[in-house]
Amino acid sequence: MAEDTSGPDPLDHPVADPTITRDEVAHLAHLARIDLTDAELDHLAPQLDQILDAVAKVSEVAAGDIPPTSHAVPLTNVFRADQVRPGLSVDEVLAGAPESEQQRFRVPRILGEEA
Amino acid sequence: MTATTELVSYDEALAAFDPVLGLEVHVELNTASKMFCGCPTVFGAEPNTQVCPVCLGLPGALPVVNGAAVEAAIRIGLALNCNIAEWCRFARKNYFYPDMPKNFQTSQYDEPIAFDGWTDVAVDTVDGVESFRVEIERAHMEEDTGKSLHVGGSTGRIHGAVHSLLDYNRAGVPLIEIVTKPIEGAGTNAPAVARAYVAHLRELLLGLGVSDVRMEQGSLRCDVNLSLRPAPSAPLGTRSETKNVNSLRSVERAVRYEVSRQAAVLTAGRHVVQETRHWHEDTGVTTSGRSKEAAEDYRYFPEPDLAPIAPSRAWVEELRASLPEPPRERRARLQAEWGMSDLDMRDVVGAGALPLVEQTVAAGADPQAAKKWWLSELARRANERNVELAELPITPAQVAEIQGLVDVNRVNDKLARQVFDGVLAGEGTPEEVVVARGLEVVSDDSALGDAVDKAIAANPDVAEKVRGGKVAAAGALIGVVMKEMRGQADAGRVRELIIERLT
Amino acid sequence: MSDLVRMTALQLADAIARGETTSVEVTQACLDRIVAVDETVHAFLHVDADGALAAARDSDQRRAAGRPASALDGVPIAVKDVLATKGMPTTCGSRILQGWVPPYDATVVARLRAAGLPILGKTNMDEFAMGSSTEHSAYGPSRNPWDLDRVPGGSGGGSSAAVAAYEAPLAIGTDTGGSIRQPAAVTGTVGAKPTYGGVSRYGLVALASSLDQAGPCTRSVADAAALHEIIGGHDPMDSTSIDQPLPALRDAVAGAERSGGDLSGLRVGVVKELGGEGYQDGVRARFDEVTKLITDAGAQVVEVSCPHFDYALGAYYLILPSEASSNLAKFDAMRYGLRLLPEGVEAPSAEQVMTATRAAGFGAEVKRRIILGTYALSSGYYDAYYGQAQKVRTLVARDFEAAFAQVDVLVSPTAPTTAFRIGDKLDDPLAMYLNDIATIPANLAGVAGISVPSGLADEDGLPAGLQVLAPALADDRLYRVGAAVESLLHERWGGPLLSQAPELGGRS
Repeated sequence: MAEDTSGPDPLDHPVADPTITRDEVAHLAHLARIDLTDAELDHLAPQLDQILDAVAKVSEVAAGDIPPTSHAVPLTNVFRADQVRPGLSVDEVLAGAPESEQQRFRVPRILGEEA
Repeated sequence: MTATTELVSYDEALAAFDPVLGLEVHVELNTASKMFCGCPTVFGAEPNTQVCPVCLGLPGALPVVNGAAVEAAIRIGLALNCNIAEWCRFARKNYFYPDMPKNFQTSQYDEPIAFDGWTDVAVDTVDGVESFRVEIERAHMEEDTGKSLHVGGSTGRIHGAVHSLLDYNRAGVPLIEIVTKPIEGAGTNAPAVARAYVAHLRELLLGLGVSDVRMEQGSLRCDVNLSLRPAPSAPLGTRSETKNVNSLRSVERAVRYEVSRQAAVLTAGRHVVQETRHWHEDTGVTTSGRSKEAAEDYRYFPEPDLAPIAPSRAWVEELRASLPEPPRERRARLQAEWGMSDLDMRDVVGAGALPLVEQTVAAGADPQAAKKWWLSELARRANERNVELAELPITPAQVAEIQGLVDVNRVNDKLARQVFDGVLAGEGTPEEVVVARGLEVVSDDSALGDAVDKAIAANPDVAEKVRGGKVAAAGALIGVVMKEMRGQADAGRVRELIIERLT
Repeated sequence: MSDLVRMTALQLADAIARGETTSVEVTQACLDRIVAVDETVHAFLHVDADGALAAARDSDQRRAAGRPASALDGVPIAVKDVLATKGMPTTCGSRILQGWVPPYDATVVARLRAAGLPILGKTNMDEFAMGSSTEHSAYGPSRNPWDLDRVPGGSGGGSSAAVAAYEAPLAIGTDTGGSIRQPAAVTGTVGAKPTYGGVSRYGLVALASSLDQAGPCTRSVADAAALHEIIGGHDPMDSTSIDQPLPALRDAVAGAERSGGDLSGLRVGVVKELGGEGYQDGVRARFDEVTKLITDAGAQVVEVSCPHFDYALGAYYLILPSEASSNLAKFDAMRYGLRLLPEGVEAPSAEQVMTATRAAGFGAEVKRRIILGTYALSSGYYDAYYGQAQKVRTLVARDFEAAFAQVDVLVSPTAPTTAFRIGDKLDDPLAMYLNDIATIPANLAGVAGISVPSGLADEDGLPAGLQVLAPALADDRLYRVGAAVESLLHERWGGPLLSQAPELGGRS
């Protein structure tokens, strides 16, 4: 549902002046499930700041009424017939698994609740 | 730790507060293949046997939309009186969870395929059946997740688990999420409205033929949102979202519970926390899950691997024209055709037996008889086996056939029950069961005559009464004969033979 | 070095067809060359000698039976390690996919196999195709055969180096912001990025879904056209694949060859915004010479302005990280690839294992872009970043439309500089990103582009490239113009530019 995303903004600062703090980088790293070391955070924050400064140039373009483009040749209604196709064998499915058990992928205990 | 509060009784709660409901229903479509790949969607297959690079989220694999799922989504939207988007897209809902192979769910965000609809549901109230309009916010397409099995600790539960096992057969099964607008004005009927809405959706989806709608198998799953406010004129209160309330009865109970719980919180001068809550079928309570304050930022963006969907108006109109009769109209028509009372009809619908009774009647049975078998005999057996009526291994045509045997006096009601036993036990068709079990009523006079003579000889005082003109006393002798014949006698003929001999 | 390895793919196909050599001989020659030089060049992450020779034997049988599967049946090829190959490791240059062996083939790979091209192995690349040098490969950089201290471009530097070092006559690359064209330019080879949707992305491990496109890396324009015809065309497994026949690409090359480089009637636009400040003198000098050459060959050359190209780099570095942050979420240690347990944590949770594995399994550039993309998509920022970038994309596409209303093709230098030294830009992301300044607009708009050698820069004697851009679905124009330029320049140089490259030391 649309409301699901409208939580409090974890990165509360104006877009016009993009600066990204070490804490914000840490928060983003958590969202992206990457464990960054203190050294990485120290190194990354100013770099990202610099990159954001450079890319923020896009906001200079007045584009209020410009429609967004996602693909070069616009396609619509690309559908597949509802037909069953052969998939992978169980051996193929589990061949790459770090661990498996009872024909299932075995993973460490899952914390928290189903989203 | 949240402080525990005594619940406020339901009646007290609703004397003080006005409830506002919201229902989110996830429906698994019964397409042959998944939403974005050609894997089958059969329920209950061996783990990880219905997967491919696409639904396993292997690097490089790409989704392609199942056209039949789009068609089903549009038909559902139309049946719910929604507008159908002229142009819409899928979006990625980004969050990490091991049952989701890509760590994003391909769903729809701000461009649902169907939006702004309504549907009228029949609500059972103390004043009889009332019609209640539920407004539909949207119906959108998405994919289901895999299933996790938590091992160690208390079996199957997430807490205390040592590790988890993942089966992705269900990952990618097409889902339609149907979201209501806030349902206001239900008042004390809120639990009944919630139940009636879900029952109504089930009937509607079954009629459309788009889903098996088996709540116990998870092909229809319900989230119940509820908030309270001091009065209907007050702004909406903070809501809780109770997840996975997966039976009609539970929907009703969960609403009642949340009304009482929130009323207690508010009465104690505290605030309701916006959070997801878990429904516990066994204890009938909800418990706190994830608070929305700590919710993920889903970082939605349009799915770049899929093309937009732009259903032509001609296609939409074609689908609209082919919609089945809506449930209410259908019910009214059948009730008139069958000459059934409101009460009888309500029982049939309430038991989820409408299509079964309809098919039984279509196969030649009398409507009352069809109702009787499905709602008494078969309902009891379904209950014993803990399955839905439709899941019993007997077809409406077979029920009609058994009733046909009763109609021509080949079996009586008591023997008919044994025929049901045989069919349900897989012994064959009703005819085969009758023959194999030797269940046919005996109306052969020589066989019956012996039993009658024996009964008269053994009960001289009763016989005397009948001779003396008390014909009603013959009933006792009939009982003796029937017992002797182990029920397999034509009671009418037995009576005739007794009267013949004694008068 | 065997003469076989110096031949172009079409020359090899001819020689095999005439019975002068066999696919097994050619494939073995390539494998020998790999053994001889790859320790130095490091173009390959995985070599499949047995598989390639088996495929070569099958090819020779088909040829002997008079039933070649394609124009290039029997000609060996190298495949960028970003394409799924059944039974052959696919790492995308990342530690997180170390040892992963896909259970399926990418459509491009399936088409190569069906066309009878033996697959020599998988080529090195910047991790998940993020980079312009291959220095971001978890398995060490590839080296430029022109100067082993320099990069072979990126992200597909393994493919360009393999082709330039005569380890393979053909390679597959992928181009998200220039990863086929820029490596071609800095190694003196040919690389084409087809129209978006022209070659299936099924099985191409996605970097940025709306920008990625696979294409040919070769030593001649004709080879590129022939390979493009084999891998291109509609694929129902890719929803963004264009359901139209490819234009006649080899015919376009043949037409250019027949007319002897005559370009009469061709309208060529020089993009004003791609070539000024920031472009190396020698690169500009070679570009100016080529424009004069094509003018002399009869083309009408005009300057065109694409004002919004100035915003292309910014839009690209918002769209790419955004899509990548989502595409790379699947690498989570649960189903395949690396799984690392965090140190000092007893009975870690799935989430702890995920974050630890992603921390160790991804390199610095990948982490940088994932964080950037996570930021650009996060609630409250989407409109200002991703949304605005998609609008800039429309403006870039409109610039192309306006330009192609005036001219048939656009030209520019492919990359602003020749190959830089390994290590020079490694921790300076912005400097690295500028390598793609001339190639990115084509990806944003989905149009077709090719890089062909334009000559050696005076100041360092290293190759530079000419980029030719054509409208979407008009890929044939790339090959017509590319082949004409190639023949005019070969005439001037007395042969391919690559023949001026230094011999690599080695065991052959």
